[in-house]
Amino acid sequence: MAQSALLKSSIAKKYWMALTGLFLCLFLAGHLAGNLQLIFGDALQFNQYALFMTSNPAVKLLSYLTYFSILFHAVDGILLTIQNKKARPIGYAKSNPAANSGFASRNMAVLGTLILVFIVTHMVNFWAKMHFDKKMPVYATTVEMMGQKQDLYVTTSGTYIPVTQVAKDSKEAEEIGAQLYIDHGKDFYNTQAKIKVGEGYKDLHKITFDFFKSKAKLFGAIPNEGLVFTILYVLCMGVLAFHLWHGFQSAFQSLGINNKFTPAIKTFGKLFAVIVPILFAIIPLYIHFVK
Amino acid sequence: MASKKTININLKIWRQKNAKEKGSMETYKLDNVSTDSSFLEMLDQLNEQLVNERKEPVAFDHDCREGICGMCSLYINGRAHGPDTGITTCQLHMRMFNDGDTIYVEPWRSKAFPVIKDLVVDRSAFDRIQQAGGFVSVNTSGRTIDANATPVPKTDADKAFEAAACIGCGACVATCKNGSAMLFVGAKVSQYALLPQGRVEATERVLNMVRQMDEEGFGNCTNTGACEIECPKGISLENIARMNREYLKASLK
Repeated sequence: MAQSALLKSSIAKKYWMALTGLFLCLFLAGHLAGNLQLIFGDALQFNQYALFMTSNPAVKLLSYLTYFSILFHAVDGILLTIQNKKARPIGYAKSNPAANSGFASRNMAVLGTLILVFIVTHMVNFWAKMHFDKKMPVYATTVEMMGQKQDLYVTTSGTYIPVTQVAKDSKEAEEIGAQLYIDHGKDFYNTQAKIKVGEGYKDLHKITFDFFKSKAKLFGAIPNEGLVFTILYVLCMGVLAFHLWHGFQSAFQSLGINNKFTPAIKTFGKLFAVIVPILFAIIPLYIHFVK
Repeated sequence: MASKKTININLKIWRQKNAKEKGSMETYKLDNVSTDSSFLEMLDQLNEQLVNERKEPVAFDHDCREGICGMCSLYINGRAHGPDTGITTCQLHMRMFNDGDTIYVEPWRSKAFPVIKDLVVDRSAFDRIQQAGGFVSVNTSGRTIDANATPVPKTDADKAFEAAACIGCGACVATCKNGSAMLFVGAKVSQYALLPQGRVEATERVLNMVRQMDEEGFGNCTNTGACEIECPKGISLENIARMNREYLKASLK
């Protein structure tokens, strides 16, 4: 029907909130599985995974869907919040909301805003470096040969190149007469021919570990910024837990699913809301305090 | 028989001359309130006192005073219909309060329910939503079909009846942090959607009622569940889910 307005009506906005929210829950599960490799996998495995996540076409499609969902969820949420504020121009002198509703359900907009701020900083710290930083470290492994330790770059084709043979860029390569140099933050080029001879792995593993273990001063004033980042990350996961606590089961209600499965959905949603953020939070704690 | 217990209370009541003028909270002291009196009887007592003092009595909505008409309202101490569940304000008794208490009494707060005077709000937005689709078109002239000739599954009939218990008091809107009317509209959509007689116009009904609801300026449901708890008739959130399903189905038709 022409009047259906599957974008503008109050109920349609809820459908979109629910659908994008549930998709982002799926994303969280996938992202968590990837991140747990920081604990259970080695550096090479994690960097191989990072390369896969930034180059596989199917993953690319999913990532665009994720960016879209985050933006749509946020914009839709802002529109809904503005409308909801307008629906009560004069507030109550005395209100007792705790008598009939939960903390999380009443503060989804605030929690969501905090999560959005987290997502932006998180993407600046990791995603943007992985995608755009031309000075990303390239992954190198250390092997022992005949009693001597040697650092070797690992290429995506599985071969090894000694770090000492590779210059940081073409200029340095000519100065020191190195055979190879690095460009685009990961490609090995032949100095004379200027052709690409191989590709290394961007060392996102090192970036992550350095981030949470950094002893540098934050803003030149707060010591041990790695600890600050770890604490902030854990706090953000707490915020996420509250958002999910209400959001997961709420999405099903918005989509019209309230039936015999609802108790199971609510239980699963609450477990999801607690377990996923805890597992996320364990990773920086492990990196900062254990590794 | 009953112990003649009385309490002295302080009241903070919203006073507003008319729809145009700005209102404010005024304080009143009321002594010797029987704990057996209902909240509305307490307000009657206050009004007698005000009239004796040659002051303007407090305007408030009331009618049946037995919890079925949906006329009484009032946001009492931060809760719709006061500090109890499953009741209207006329069913709230002063035994719920203690001697010396300060009680806040405010009108329903919603853009769609403008204050007419003091504690009286204009709830005709609900009427317009009903008029947009909350009915079944039945030709009453001539050969009507006997209602019992149309079989209805017992569980559906029960659910429709539970939805139809809504008295349209507006507590759901008043208590919702978003001023959403979705419990009311959900109940009205459900009571017909569940019955074969209502299915005929189901598509148009949900689209028209939701459109009217949006036009009236009610907020959007965020599933806090406050309405379900404060509803004097215990209308379930299931009805909002059903409305959401009906709306999706109707939109895709």
